[in-house]
Amino acid sequence: MTAGLCISLAGKTWPAVAGRPSQPVLGSLDIDIESGSFVALTGPSGCGKSTLLNIVAGLDTDFDGAVSFESKSPEITYVFQSPRLLPWRTVYQNIALALPEGDARLQRIPELLARVGLTEASDAYPERLSLGMQRRASLARGFVGDPDVLLMDEPFVSLDDPTARDLRRLLLDLWQRRPTTVLFVTHDRSEAITLATRILRIEGTPARIVSDTAVTLPREQRDDAQAVYEEQLRIFGAS
Amino acid sequence: MALQTDSHSGPTRTNVMQTVGRSRLTWSLGSLVVLVIVWEVAALWLDSRLFPGPLAVLSAMISEARSGALAHHVGATLARVVVSFVIAMLIGSMIGIALGRSATADRFFDSWLIFFLNLPALVIIILCYVWFGLTETAAILAVSINKIPNVAVTVREGARSLSRDLNEMAVMYRFGRWRTLRHVTLPQLAPFFAAAARSGLALVWKIVLVVELLGRSNGVGHQLHVAFQLFDVPMILAYAVAFIIVVQIIEIGLLQPLEARAVRWRR
Repeated sequence: MTAGLCISLAGKTWPAVAGRPSQPVLGSLDIDIESGSFVALTGPSGCGKSTLLNIVAGLDTDFDGAVSFESKSPEITYVFQSPRLLPWRTVYQNIALALPEGDARLQRIPELLARVGLTEASDAYPERLSLGMQRRASLARGFVGDPDVLLMDEPFVSLDDPTARDLRRLLLDLWQRRPTTVLFVTHDRSEAITLATRILRIEGTPARIVSDTAVTLPREQRDDAQAVYEEQLRIFGAS
Repeated sequence: MALQTDSHSGPTRTNVMQTVGRSRLTWSLGSLVVLVIVWEVAALWLDSRLFPGPLAVLSAMISEARSGALAHHVGATLARVVVSFVIAMLIGSMIGIALGRSATADRFFDSWLIFFLNLPALVIIILCYVWFGLTETAAILAVSINKIPNVAVTVREGARSLSRDLNEMAVMYRFGRWRTLRHVTLPQLAPFFAAAARSGLALVWKIVLVVELLGRSNGVGHQLHVAFQLFDVPMILAYAVAFIIVVQIIEIGLLQPLEARAVRWRR
């Protein structure tokens, strides 16, 4: 079962701290996300994309408005910008901890680790792995609980191209296998086009939606750099 | 000592660590032997009943060990050290975590902590004996109260620096209270517990001796008191050395391996 969600935000303001006046980050935003869609959220850095994701995740409750989900208690997972693995637990333990104790899905961890290419690193501690491997572990952790809603905050940033491409393919594969509603923050336009069914751009202080476009490029053409570039021109303009 | 190197791969991490460990052990043993020699020479030169050499101390130690007195008194002291150490670690950690998590509580109780940190150990001991009598409970209480503020201050530092990132992760993946404590919070505090335990052991056993000297009829502190009245210096040194050895065994045999285990995930 998947879940769509509905964000209706009146605004979000950082409170004044230590003499600095309060700062508005997000303006009025109304976003309906259809169940099973893959929405990319783009915008300049610092414009409040992560803040919006934290609000959807329920980590930030200090805002005006409401976030509602189609189903009653959706399984939401969050793949953070940094991997946020527990350094004192092995890769396997980190993933297992995302599931309740004795859960049947624990059996699937080895298979999932194989899919992200971490079979060998299963018993390694995260700090002994490369950033790319840590990200893959964090991705596996995000997937293992069969989320209804998957929130991702630039999960592939600062990875080398082949690794990032590999992980994008993995993400799409997992998304297609088991329809999940994905909200994916990125500032990389071609990444957004490669992955998403819909692209939301937010901009300004406080941030508002400046465009909301469906990606019409067929999936099989999204490996084609030229086609992705043309779609990018269509969606983002020549800027 | 030269590092063992392999012509193909460099020295491995373990054998470098073993080599470093072994060379450190050689150094400490060597320097201890030199200390004993200097001591013996000084004793021979001074030739005084009040400055016995290592051999005289050793023979005092052996005769105390034969009579069973050494084991009895060292055992009594060790039991007090262990009990008051455990109490101080538990209560001090709870206070430290509470203060580290709540800014309001910290602001309020900070001056209390400073008060207790600066209260001389002797005052606490005397007051405990005056208020609760010359009892075992009073002795243990006095030692624990002395140590609790130190533990609290150290652990508070750890609790203040808990990672918000990891905490959010724990919330998103529905860890719940118990899992968060076991897998997220306590591992972050482990280095602070280790630091508190290290300095704690050294402090606690010294205070236990004073407590015994003032109001107990057994234990190393009590024996030192008796020996002091008789001006029996070999006896004083025999008990002191015996206890230093016991504490070092605990440090090397228990605390260091525990600490190594707690940080084995580090790069």
